[in-house]
Amino acid sequence: MLQVTDLHVTVEDKEILKGLTLTINAGEVHAIMGPNGAGKSTLSAVIAGKDGYEVTQGSITFEGQDVLEMEIEERAQAGLLLGFQYPVEIPGVKNIYLLKSALNAQRKAQGLDDIPAPDFMKLVKEKLGFMKMDASFLQRAVNEGFSGGEKKRNEILQMLVLQPKLAMLDEIDSGLDIDAMKVVADGVNSLRAEERAILLVTHYQRLLDYIVPDKVHVLVDGRIVKTGDAELAKQLEANGYEGIEESAA
Amino acid sequence: MSDTQTFLDTLKTRSQQRETEPSWIAARRQAGAARFEALGFPTRRDEEWKYTDVRSIAQGNFALTDNADFSPAQAAALTLPLDAYRLTFVDGVYAPALSDLDALPDTVHVLPLSKALSENHEAVGGPLGRLTGVDFSPFAALNTAFMEEGAVVRIAPGAVIEKPILLQFLSRANATAVMSHPRILVEAGGRSEATLIEHYCGDLEAANFTNVVGEFMLDRGAILNHYKLQEAPLNDMHVASMHVEQGRDTRYTSYNLNLGGALVRNDLISDLNGQGAETNFFGLFFGQGRQHVDNHTKVNHNAPLTFSNENYKGILDDRAHGVFNGKVYVKRDSQKIEGFQSNQNLLLSDRAQIDAKPELEIYADDVKCSHGTTTGQLDEEAIYALRTRGIDEATARGLLTLAFAGEVLEKVTLDAVAERVELAVAGKLPERFNLAGLVETAVALND
Repeated sequence: MLQVTDLHVTVEDKEILKGLTLTINAGEVHAIMGPNGAGKSTLSAVIAGKDGYEVTQGSITFEGQDVLEMEIEERAQAGLLLGFQYPVEIPGVKNIYLLKSALNAQRKAQGLDDIPAPDFMKLVKEKLGFMKMDASFLQRAVNEGFSGGEKKRNEILQMLVLQPKLAMLDEIDSGLDIDAMKVVADGVNSLRAEERAILLVTHYQRLLDYIVPDKVHVLVDGRIVKTGDAELAKQLEANGYEGIEESAA
Repeated sequence: MSDTQTFLDTLKTRSQQRETEPSWIAARRQAGAARFEALGFPTRRDEEWKYTDVRSIAQGNFALTDNADFSPAQAAALTLPLDAYRLTFVDGVYAPALSDLDALPDTVHVLPLSKALSENHEAVGGPLGRLTGVDFSPFAALNTAFMEEGAVVRIAPGAVIEKPILLQFLSRANATAVMSHPRILVEAGGRSEATLIEHYCGDLEAANFTNVVGEFMLDRGAILNHYKLQEAPLNDMHVASMHVEQGRDTRYTSYNLNLGGALVRNDLISDLNGQGAETNFFGLFFGQGRQHVDNHTKVNHNAPLTFSNENYKGILDDRAHGVFNGKVYVKRDSQKIEGFQSNQNLLLSDRAQIDAKPELEIYADDVKCSHGTTTGQLDEEAIYALRTRGIDEATARGLLTLAFAGEVLEKVTLDAVAERVELAVAGKLPERFNLAGLVETAVALND
């Protein structure tokens, strides 16, 4: 589904990713772990299309399409969705506007008509219920005045409504207390499906107790230095990244 | 021939045609004409008109009209969908057929100025011109010279008027451009409560000149919500001089919503003369093409313990030019007052322009005042965040522009007005797309 090959990315003339290769197939849940500054967030930002990241070498393809040639919105419409570590507050834009615009944009890209209003309301209310969010939330501005936990729930709610093919979640566990973590993890787990893949970017192993990955990659200094299963995350928790860095060096 | 002379000649012809009128009106008219003649039209050398060039009015040749013919179907399409007492004017001429004052309670008088003058002119003569005299501006003087029609609203003490009072001013696409000089006089009795809406709209191709003067007197404890919604025609010229006088414990709220007009100038002044008086100015202006929209506001804290709160937002596209000049004045020893003012502007194009000038003038030492103005573009990070959800850039920009306007619209308590403006803003966005469906979804959710 997603193929990242020998990716080199510089930010303000500094090389952050130095030849990263990653393959994600449908039905898989991958976790990328690594110390601060290793390039974890850079990878998801480049895939989503954020400005200021220059790809100097390598390629990213999604279902055979060249992602780097696609506009930001085209990537999302194709099913590549990024959940932010720090969701942006958008004063005045109601959540319902965002959800409906986004869903209809995706449908339009698929050649479908706008979703009928009653179907939309039914869908949104069901997902809200799942995320233990109140309906009044739809009339609130996107993330404005939300607590850290609410912002993360909101990211997952968007995923549940938009049903991406590849959900990338950047540090989705940061700033969550244990109850919010469970709700968020339940939301992510509900996305697990044969036709869908999930990429978790995380600093801590804690999240992976709730969302058990099929594959764990260790990202150090712009490269994936080790790949394993969920056990690898536990080793990292016990021994830290230092051992890995040494063995990679 | 000077610009002024064209108008004076029109006035002279009008006076010759007019039937005799009470001498006090004739005297005021003469005073207005004399003042206008002496002042002439303002130029950009006048501090108050520094950013607004009125030559398109001064050099215009505007006729006066006497008929109020307007297609009822067209009027129905333009009118605000709300249950209201309605007075309609077509190019300044009272249109009884398009008005509806049925079931008006006897605690409120709403009548066209012409009728008020003929029936009880002494009662009108006293307050008329007391707040906005001929010295206020050349336009106020001109209005006084030409005044014939408008609306008189008198609310009895203690009366709570549930339905809004709607004054509609329709502008027609005439073969010859016309002018009108409406007067609005509102006397709100002690502890009364009412909502007044001025709604300016009309044929899309109309290009007329409206020069309105409004005087609003709030007696002790009165509450008045005052909407001024100005929509298309985009070629109309519109000058409004609004003056509010507030007694003790009164609350006045202005919603000044400007969407249309080639040249628009609003002067809004509140005199807070009694302790506990509160005034709120909420404004939104949206300019496109070569529209010029100038909002001058002034709050006079003439008494201690008075409060003012002002929030004006401007959105300018294409080569539109906006002006915001807001002044908060605190009279000597008016202690313990609070005055807040904010003006934010959004420029959607490189060639759009805003002149923003907040002013504070304080002659007391125990006051809490703040003011600020910002002008900027849309938040690029927010645009990115929306695009990562699949929303295209034009729609993202539209949503954010709508959101910017939303901060003022959320203060609007009449849904029919808020929805009208929100839909108008959505439809006026540079890249047209259907936000109307979204707005409707949100409205449906409320029901």
